[in-house]
Amino acid sequence: MTDPLLSVKNLRVELSTRRETVHPVANVSFDLAQGETLGIVGESGCGKSMMLRTLIGLLPRGGLVTGGQIVFQGTDLLSLDEKEMRDVRGRSIGMIFQEPMTALNPVMQVGEQIAEGPIAHLGFTKKAGRQRAVELMQQVGIPDAVRRLRAYPSELSGGMRQRVMIAMALACEPQLLLCDEPTTALDVTIQDQILKLLLQLQESTGIGMIFVSHDLAVVSQICQNVAVMYAAEIVEIGSVASVLADPTHPYTLGLLRAVPDFDNVKSVLESIPGIPPNLAQPPDGCRFRARCEFAQEDCATGEFPLLFTDGDRATSCIHSNSCRDAAHADPVIGSRVLR
Amino acid sequence: MSRLTSIPLPLTSDDLQRGRGSRRVSPNLVAGSVILFVIIGLVLAAPLITSYSPTALNPTQALLGPSLHHLLGTDELGRDQWTRLLYGGRVDLEIAFLAVLASFVLGTAIGCLAGYFGGWVDVIVMRVVDVILAFPFFVLVIALVFILGPGTKSIYIAIIATDWVSYTWIIRREIVAMKKHEFVLAAAALGYKHTRIMLRHLIPNCITQAIVYSMSDVVFTILTIVTLGFLGLGVPPPTAEWGSMMSDGQQFITTHWELATFPGIIVVVIGIGLSLLGDGIADRLRVE
Repeated sequence: MTDPLLSVKNLRVELSTRRETVHPVANVSFDLAQGETLGIVGESGCGKSMMLRTLIGLLPRGGLVTGGQIVFQGTDLLSLDEKEMRDVRGRSIGMIFQEPMTALNPVMQVGEQIAEGPIAHLGFTKKAGRQRAVELMQQVGIPDAVRRLRAYPSELSGGMRQRVMIAMALACEPQLLLCDEPTTALDVTIQDQILKLLLQLQESTGIGMIFVSHDLAVVSQICQNVAVMYAAEIVEIGSVASVLADPTHPYTLGLLRAVPDFDNVKSVLESIPGIPPNLAQPPDGCRFRARCEFAQEDCATGEFPLLFTDGDRATSCIHSNSCRDAAHADPVIGSRVLR
Repeated sequence: MSRLTSIPLPLTSDDLQRGRGSRRVSPNLVAGSVILFVIIGLVLAAPLITSYSPTALNPTQALLGPSLHHLLGTDELGRDQWTRLLYGGRVDLEIAFLAVLASFVLGTAIGCLAGYFGGWVDVIVMRVVDVILAFPFFVLVIALVFILGPGTKSIYIAIIATDWVSYTWIIRREIVAMKKHEFVLAAAALGYKHTRIMLRHLIPNCITQAIVYSMSDVVFTILTIVTLGFLGLGVPPPTAEWGSMMSDGQQFITTHWELATFPGIIVVVIGIGLSLLGDGIADRLRVE
């Protein structure tokens, strides 16, 4: 097998505020192959966005990587200094954000914003930068690109702004694209267009993608593999088809059950009881224990690392068989999101 | 290529109108510009408008009162008051605009650095700003000019040394609020340097407030220079300057009211002009 594009090993991050120290990323490991799209799902506050920001070296104030490795194309990103990291950002790793409303500079023409990367990183002239901006805008499906160069973000719709942001992220032809819930703020039809655009761009450029979302349906549409994150840990990882059809962690099962079933509209929308643990003082043992229907006494203590079951699949649950059985008893699981 | 790139998303009339709405010119902007344009034009063209010298003494023509030869009369040393009013503007306006420009640039740079980097730089800068702001502005300026001795240079130093803090205060506050926006994170994620992020992304988003403030600041600075002149701490005689003209004219206020009044009126008119301009610019630059 060839070396992965990105290999994260035992990554740990802590975030100190005046009152407390939380651990938004605890012992996270995964590999991303060239041209692969990895989805990361989990509820709000489980650390998925923080992990993306760690990958690109932009933790908020008080954030600190306390352990692990982020090996990107053979280099450990954590060993780079600020200047070297700046070259990686934008040139080798691009990122798109959730809010196209606030992630563009409101007083700068979009053409200038797209051209800025090539000008700053690749030494393009202003004119060449403009030319590149037009190409990129056409590539991301912005009609009438030449005229739109001069538009300000406030003159564009949400979907158009997201396309501009994708164009900015791709401007220096990075090898890895990080997507932080890029479709969450958009309505469903625009979301669909943006997802198709990302899929098509990935096919044509072979870029590796990490796609963070809380929407299983979106992940199933765009990703080959998926990692489920709960309380700062990856609890299950594997191919989208196998994880969503055959969950081996009770949290994944809970997420799948919580997807509305439109074939059976009268049923009550299920949810996972309880709340996630406080990441300032994570509980001993399995972090999902308190909310888990399969929890036994042996879940209360010890470490719960990801254990590979078959092939590329891994789960941190030691009672994955009971979870599997429960999933198989519910024939609708998976079919709701896998279409 | 797949069908995706051709998903049609035509421009709607809504899109077009949004682009146009902000381009209208406000009456304030027009009125303010006209007033300033006329006054600055008159002041700059002074040698073409009047043939008298602003400084040459002519005791035989003292205190003549308004006439066709001397539109605003002459002062106690026989100098044409209209001429001195025009040339005085050169001194007052030049000092005011340049000192405000210098304070603006200095204060914006310091405020931007303090707000962007935060930490101890921010703490130190803001304590200095607090200390300077805590003093009454005039007291500080007068004290500085007193220490440095009267003259144009001391006026510049005194005004810049006390005025930069206003811009630092405004810009720092704006930067602190603005840097939480996602586009700043996005710029960092694109690997831009701090200087680029500050100059191209943060300052353009924060500068409106400072520009609007600078308009009223010019008025305030003119008042400061005029006050210094009035108190005898300004530009030394015989140079024509509105403050010293008022101070010299006030002893004749009962017989020759025009000597002290017209320099005052022109300061008021400039004040109105700059305020209107500031309002107009604020309307124009307001970010949607």
